[in-house]
Amino acid sequence: MPSNDSCAPLIALRDLHLSFADTRVLRGIDLDVQRGQAVSIIGPSGSGKSTLLRCITGLLRPQRGQIRVGDTAVHELRSDAEFIALRKRVGFVFQQYNLFPHLSVLENLTIAPCKVLGRERREAQDEARRLLGKVRLEHKEHAYPGELSGGQQQRVAIARALAMRPELILFDEVTSALDPETVGEVLRTIRELIEEGMTCVLVTHEMRFAEEISDAVYFTEHGVIVEHGSPRQLFNEPRSPRTRAFLQHALGRGERERRPLVPAGAAAR
Amino acid sequence: MATELSLGSRAAPDRLRRHAGKILALAALLVWLAAGAPPREVFAPLWEWSPALLKGFALNILISLLAIGLGTLLGLAIGALNLSPLRLLRLPGWLWVQAFRNAPLLVLIYFTTYVFPFEIRVAGHYLPFPDWLKVTLGLALPASANVAEVFRGAVASIPATQWEAARSLGFGRGQILRAIILPQCCKRMLPPWMNLYAVITMGTALASLVGVHDLIDTAQIATNTVNRVGFTVLIYASVLGLFFAYCYPISRFTRYLERRHAFQ
Repeated sequence: MPSNDSCAPLIALRDLHLSFADTRVLRGIDLDVQRGQAVSIIGPSGSGKSTLLRCITGLLRPQRGQIRVGDTAVHELRSDAEFIALRKRVGFVFQQYNLFPHLSVLENLTIAPCKVLGRERREAQDEARRLLGKVRLEHKEHAYPGELSGGQQQRVAIARALAMRPELILFDEVTSALDPETVGEVLRTIRELIEEGMTCVLVTHEMRFAEEISDAVYFTEHGVIVEHGSPRQLFNEPRSPRTRAFLQHALGRGERERRPLVPAGAAAR
Repeated sequence: MATELSLGSRAAPDRLRRHAGKILALAALLVWLAAGAPPREVFAPLWEWSPALLKGFALNILISLLAIGLGTLLGLAIGALNLSPLRLLRLPGWLWVQAFRNAPLLVLIYFTTYVFPFEIRVAGHYLPFPDWLKVTLGLALPASANVAEVFRGAVASIPATQWEAARSLGFGRGQILRAIILPQCCKRMLPPWMNLYAVITMGTALASLVGVHDLIDTAQIATNTVNRVGFTVLIYASVLGLFFAYCYPISRFTRYLERRHAFQ
């Protein structure tokens, strides 16, 4: 399935296996993401989606298989310095935001660029303010994470990842912990990033969002990729009966809680 | 006016209940003063002895401050050792904490008093090494072990997701500790640390057992000199009152900090 035609994929996973003690979480995952693509991973809870993302940035180490991010063979990395070099290029946004509660919003955005990349403080602050404007939180630079709503915290977390100027960003169920009314503002931010051409991998339960913004969608269950393809194909004509069953269930629920999506020009991508 | 009155009368029992302990203590003191003591012969010597008693108590406070200061510095160093990923470095820290956390204060005070010489030779000069300094060391040892444990607990109480988030941003282990974890620990360490200080302060009362002229020792001398039962009771009540007056505000402030922290 992986294509070597035009250029090598930015992320390539091959036959990834990972177990926690006796639980086999990943059982042979293959996945490709081209530069500039948005790829969504959907599937029931506990199917190994978040584990997969953590493997890509080296937060978890698979027992078997290969991970390539650009020229880096992540599965072969050993030293801290090598992992740090990788993580400078790969942004990560967490379900629970995980902002640093003792730092102001602005400091949350500047601490890594200053301490990890060695950037000038002033320069980092200017960049941080620009990014806060981008996520529409320029008026919150002096606030502390505890004073912000979930949606605001998550947008700060996205800006914090962007402040490292990463090549790609991994989103781990970033709207799952949010109140329904703040989901839209976070999705809007992600949509704008994708429109700008940022490579994004999203683990998500927002089916309609995934359908709308993705270049490719992967459906995982029990640690394997059941099916993948274009969003139109996967959501409208799923090949696997398991995909169909999952989508029926997920979309049925989504229909009841349906919220207005932000109007977008992204659908054409 | 009626409403004011009714408000006042409703608030009064509430206030009574809240300060019941203090009011009872005050009443007991008054009853005792009225019934038990022929004040003149008893209070006059107390007044005479009070400068000596206060001087003794100042030594108690000095010992407690030095002990907690020394213990904190040492304890943080040992706590840092205990966080090391290398087992070889963690082992001595673990031994230190276990040994000094599980020994009675008095045993440690006897230990430091008899292990160290009474003077130290430094570059040809003999420097005196007084008993009160040895007691300070004896209290600093368990203080350091407890501070190390408080430190370990505070670091462990920071959620693992903070480490993960920092790692995903490319921070190294040492950087995460210094920039992310430790700043969040300070606030959490303050209440147990102050609690420990109150315990150490009360522990300074043991200094009298190895011949340090502290508050308790002064009280003993005064008791033997005056040799009157009423005076003995009164002077130990004063000693109690002094320690209470010093430690109670600390524990109240600690509780205030804990409550405030719980709401954040």
